[in-house]
Amino acid sequence: MRINEHPILKFERGKRIKFSYNGQELEGYENETIAAALHAAGIKELSKSAVLHRPRGFFCAIGTCSSCLMVVDGVPNVRVCVEPLVEGMVVETQQGRGELGGAV
Amino acid sequence: MLKQTGVPSTDDLKRVSPSEVRLALGPVAIIECFQKIPCNPCATSCPQGAIKPFVDINDLPDFDPALCNGCAICVANCPGLAIFVVDERYSEDTALIKLPYEFAPLPEVGTMVGVLNRGGQQIGVGKIVRVQNPPRFDRTAVVHVEVPKCLAREVRFLALGANKR
Amino acid sequence: MERFNICIIGGGPAGLRAAIAAGSAGAEVLLIDENDRLGGQLIKQTHMFFGSEKQDAGTRGIDIAQQLVNKVQSMTNVKVYLRCAALGLYDDKVLTVLHEKKYRKIRAEKFIVATGASERMLAFPGNDLPGVYGAGAVQTLMNVYGIVPGQRVLMIGAGNIGLIVSYQLLQAGVEVVAILEGSPHIGGYLVHASKVRRAGVPILTSHTIMQAIGTNAVQAAEICALDSHWARLPGSEKTLEVDTICLAVGLSPLSDLLWQAQCRLTYIAELGGHVAWRDANLCTSEPHIYIAGDVAGVEEASSAMVEGELAGLAAAKSLGLARVDVDTAMSQAREQLIALRAGPVGEKIRTGLALAQMRGDEQHA
Repeated sequence: MRINEHPILKFERGKRIKFSYNGQELEGYENETIAAALHAAGIKELSKSAVLHRPRGFFCAIGTCSSCLMVVDGVPNVRVCVEPLVEGMVVETQQGRGELGGAV
Repeated sequence: MLKQTGVPSTDDLKRVSPSEVRLALGPVAIIECFQKIPCNPCATSCPQGAIKPFVDINDLPDFDPALCNGCAICVANCPGLAIFVVDERYSEDTALIKLPYEFAPLPEVGTMVGVLNRGGQQIGVGKIVRVQNPPRFDRTAVVHVEVPKCLAREVRFLALGANKR
Repeated sequence: MERFNICIIGGGPAGLRAAIAAGSAGAEVLLIDENDRLGGQLIKQTHMFFGSEKQDAGTRGIDIAQQLVNKVQSMTNVKVYLRCAALGLYDDKVLTVLHEKKYRKIRAEKFIVATGASERMLAFPGNDLPGVYGAGAVQTLMNVYGIVPGQRVLMIGAGNIGLIVSYQLLQAGVEVVAILEGSPHIGGYLVHASKVRRAGVPILTSHTIMQAIGTNAVQAAEICALDSHWARLPGSEKTLEVDTICLAVGLSPLSDLLWQAQCRLTYIAELGGHVAWRDANLCTSEPHIYIAGDVAGVEEASSAMVEGELAGLAAAKSLGLARVDVDTAMSQAREQLIALRAGPVGEKIRTGLALAQMRGDEQHA
């Protein structure tokens, strides 16, 4: 959920852009991260852990904890908490460690 | 108690309360700052010289209620939002509290709002008399709320959402 | 390979002030940061800062960040690389970086490491569920992107960060169900505690979380009270319906680069973990590496900024670049640090620093 009224801050959001999440079309804003856009759309589960396949969300939001890795445009292990959202991005839940394919 | 709950004890409050005589004379600041932390904007912002310049930045405020006129500039400037102005001479049955308020939307003048004590419990209702939010207060608004006189020393906050549109 | 007099790693409060100090002393400075904007954690600090007017007391962290960034950008001898992550710092004064996804080398005569700190984790069942966030992450989501983390939050930790983030959650319209603190006392400034308390948020000292409950995300938290030996009080268990658990259980210095550069490090609990030994001017055991801010010991941003200034001045002076008043400026910075840490709340940091500072005979000239 997005904050619309705040006593201290004014949020100047960029252009509205579309991206896909597991095949579903979602909207976010330019200049926000993939994780932020997903969270605003109510999506907290970003990947499944490698061994026990437990759901994972983001934890640190500064790119250090590796809890938010997703497959973005075919590339696995993207830290979506720091990766900016780009129009037309294809974002997918990562299962386990992810494998490097052709799209590196 | 303060260190366990965040609510100051009666003894804590006694130490920072202006005298009964001063309180009866009208608006005066009550500086509810009980811990030595490195902080001095109350002193540097006071236009009356009622809060003395700090020798050590970690000192507690040295406040002379006799010099205070209740202008509430310190209320907006205290980074800990720990200063309130109380006017017990406001009317026969009511007192005026000026409190720092950093929530949106700001309450509207004339509305009745729930008023809370230091523990966050609603202890009555008050009437918003004035809302000061000039640029120099830098988004810490000072809300003037009129409350029954018996609550003057308890009311320190407004019920959030009481004014939500 | 690009060459600079001084390279600063990390564009938070310490790094920014270091860049300004070194730049105004006439040094050719490079400031790098892995993020796509400068400011570090300052850009989420919506509250007014403590300290004195020398540290911009009374100004909100977000506005201090803007002032520092504007100043850095106005200095022609300070270059900034964003999206630039430090990879390795070597004996021959070469820093390798990943800049805009390209591997590069940078040579500088002095380096100031101002990499900050990272959020600590707490061990409890379910701590990996989506909806368990570090307090810094919640601040980023709310105060940078304007998105609330959830509707009902349980905050773990009543230090300054836990208290401040709780207040910020209230400001964003989110309910904070409770703040838990394992120790019997509130660790943060009591004025921060009082302002969330009077807004109706219970602060439960001697309480901890037992587990996070949920299938795909947090749905509840089980909490309990602790006795004086930090053991669970039987029968005190309670389940709180929350969708977010926010951990504010401390920070650890991000000292990886200092390890790799073979600076002498030591574990000092009072400073948050492993920190580099340093002299009175924040120079480490490696004479070309200085430290400033949380990486030198976790404390308030006000001190981090003054440390940045001191390190920036000292590094410039060591290169003979310093402006005429450098000694005065350095001693003023040291005095500010002493004053900020002089009170009872500075006791922990004073103890830690006494352990981390080199003895006189080990100091660099």
